[in-house]
Amino acid sequence: MNIFKISSKNLVRNKLTTVLNIILVAFGVGILSILFLASTQINNKLEKNAKDIDLVVGAKGSPLQLILSSVYHIDYPTGNIPAKDANKLMHNPMVKRAVPLALGDNYNGYRIVGTDSTFSNLYGLSIQKGSFWQKDLEVTLGSTVAITSGLKIGDSFFGAHGLTGNGDVHKQHAYQVKGILKPQGNITDNLILTNIGSVYKMHEEKHAEGHSHSAAEEAKEINDKQITALLIQYKSPMSVILFPRMVNQSTNMQAASPAMESARLFSLIGVGIDTLQWFAIFIMGIAALSIFISLYNAMKERKYDLAIMRCLGASKSKLFFLVMFEGVLVTFIGACLGLLIGHAALELIGSYQESSQAKLTGLTAVPQEMYLILIGLVIGAFASLIPAMQIYKVDIAQTLTKDR
Amino acid sequence: MIEVNALAHVYDKGRRLKFPSWEIADMEQWLLLGASGSGKSTLLNIISGLLKPSQGGVLINGTDLYTLPAREQDRFRGRHIGIVFQRPHLIRSLNVLDNLELAAVMAGLPIDYERNLSLLADLDIAELAKNYPDELSQGQLQRVSVARALVNRPDLLIADEPTSSLDDENASQVIQMLTTQAKDNGAALIIATHDGRVKNHITKTYLL
Repeated sequence: MNIFKISSKNLVRNKLTTVLNIILVAFGVGILSILFLASTQINNKLEKNAKDIDLVVGAKGSPLQLILSSVYHIDYPTGNIPAKDANKLMHNPMVKRAVPLALGDNYNGYRIVGTDSTFSNLYGLSIQKGSFWQKDLEVTLGSTVAITSGLKIGDSFFGAHGLTGNGDVHKQHAYQVKGILKPQGNITDNLILTNIGSVYKMHEEKHAEGHSHSAAEEAKEINDKQITALLIQYKSPMSVILFPRMVNQSTNMQAASPAMESARLFSLIGVGIDTLQWFAIFIMGIAALSIFISLYNAMKERKYDLAIMRCLGASKSKLFFLVMFEGVLVTFIGACLGLLIGHAALELIGSYQESSQAKLTGLTAVPQEMYLILIGLVIGAFASLIPAMQIYKVDIAQTLTKDR
Repeated sequence: MIEVNALAHVYDKGRRLKFPSWEIADMEQWLLLGASGSGKSTLLNIISGLLKPSQGGVLINGTDLYTLPAREQDRFRGRHIGIVFQRPHLIRSLNVLDNLELAAVMAGLPIDYERNLSLLADLDIAELAKNYPDELSQGQLQRVSVARALVNRPDLLIADEPTSSLDDENASQVIQMLTTQAKDNGAALIIATHDGRVKNHITKTYLL
């Protein structure tokens, strides 16, 4: 028998009111925690994946689409650029490092990226097992790909045309797994890396079937080859202004900055997040009001209980604490439940998400969630303050002498 | 043990009540008689530390109750005075045993599980220990409230109109119960009533 037991017994006695109040708090906190988690995770992913990439050069079109397709591997590419032009840019004096990308195929939804060794330098990749790809048709798998596909070193598989789906399989050539990457915690976990030549080979055969190529023709064709995009790292920050302008004005390609585009993307999502945030705050407000009203109404009946406890020797401050504790207990349970709901909902959303690249998870926590519990406690204390103050006004002698 | 001196109380509405001096020794049993409205409840509330009188004081074992700080008054009431109200006023969300334990907790005393059980047994309601107040009859509720008043081994047991809503047989039983329980627990007893039936059981009277 202690204050905790008295409060909880009283809460259990008024089950419906208690449950309603807990649910209200839980929903408010739940929505806020989903927002916190999702925006932190998205922000983290955007930042991590765009790290060290100053600029992306690709075909003209939407700059956001270019960034999404070649940095985050979510959207479709804007088109292709001539390898010749890309080559020129790669050797521009302002460029410290340039990574060519050739996209176009997938395996079970994981993108097959044709690139060269600069890619692994850019992302700081290291091998867990096996080795990096060297020859045509050799691949290195990202760690997630290896786990979910079950492919092992030495296995071979066929890529499918397009960036999603298994519709049009390239049956002519099989890729061979040479190695598996260490988990990087970024987009590369979900990619299958190979050299650009493999991607050419896949697509060339298709069109060239029935033709016979002479060596000279082939050499020429490689020069006519196209790539999808170029990831660029500058030598100095000075180039931020000059280089994109140069690309956009003097070539038939476009340059897009991941930092700018993801900021733009986030400001677009931000409107929705703000709305939801206000909605959640509104629900929390309603919860506070509901707790206040139910405690206040209950005081009429509880006046007798509290007067009795005073007679039994309880001090005013003890009973004040008792009433406050009840309100705080409800919001505390509600807040914890809300966090649980938030995490479970996000995990559920994540499991239904198709794009493995931007997957959300409910299994991580952010420090702001501690604030949510704190906010819950504050709301509970705030809502029960006025009912609890009534303890100081109750005239025990009068209350108990009067009939109930 | 208890001394009431030159006590008077003035209500906000202007009604003034004067009380004759009164001395109650250890384990004495008293009747507080008076018509309704004569100030019985007021006097009981003053003695039990619930209502500060306008004049005079209450000396309990030599200390003036109303010179103590508020917290000490609460503590004193919890530990030394057991009150049985006209209505039982049990906490409805707690079962009988929990209601008894509450008395100890509120007074800041340790819970004596054995004593609570034996109190219930003495009052013939041992089998109701786990029942909730809503499941009890009026008579049973009153027994529980007597048990609760005795939990902390008070020096003084106060009963306010304990028989007003009972028939002859039950009234005599309740008086019997109060007098024996007070005696067994070493407590003085004050029964406030305007009920003539009680007079047969207790000889000392204080008339208002």
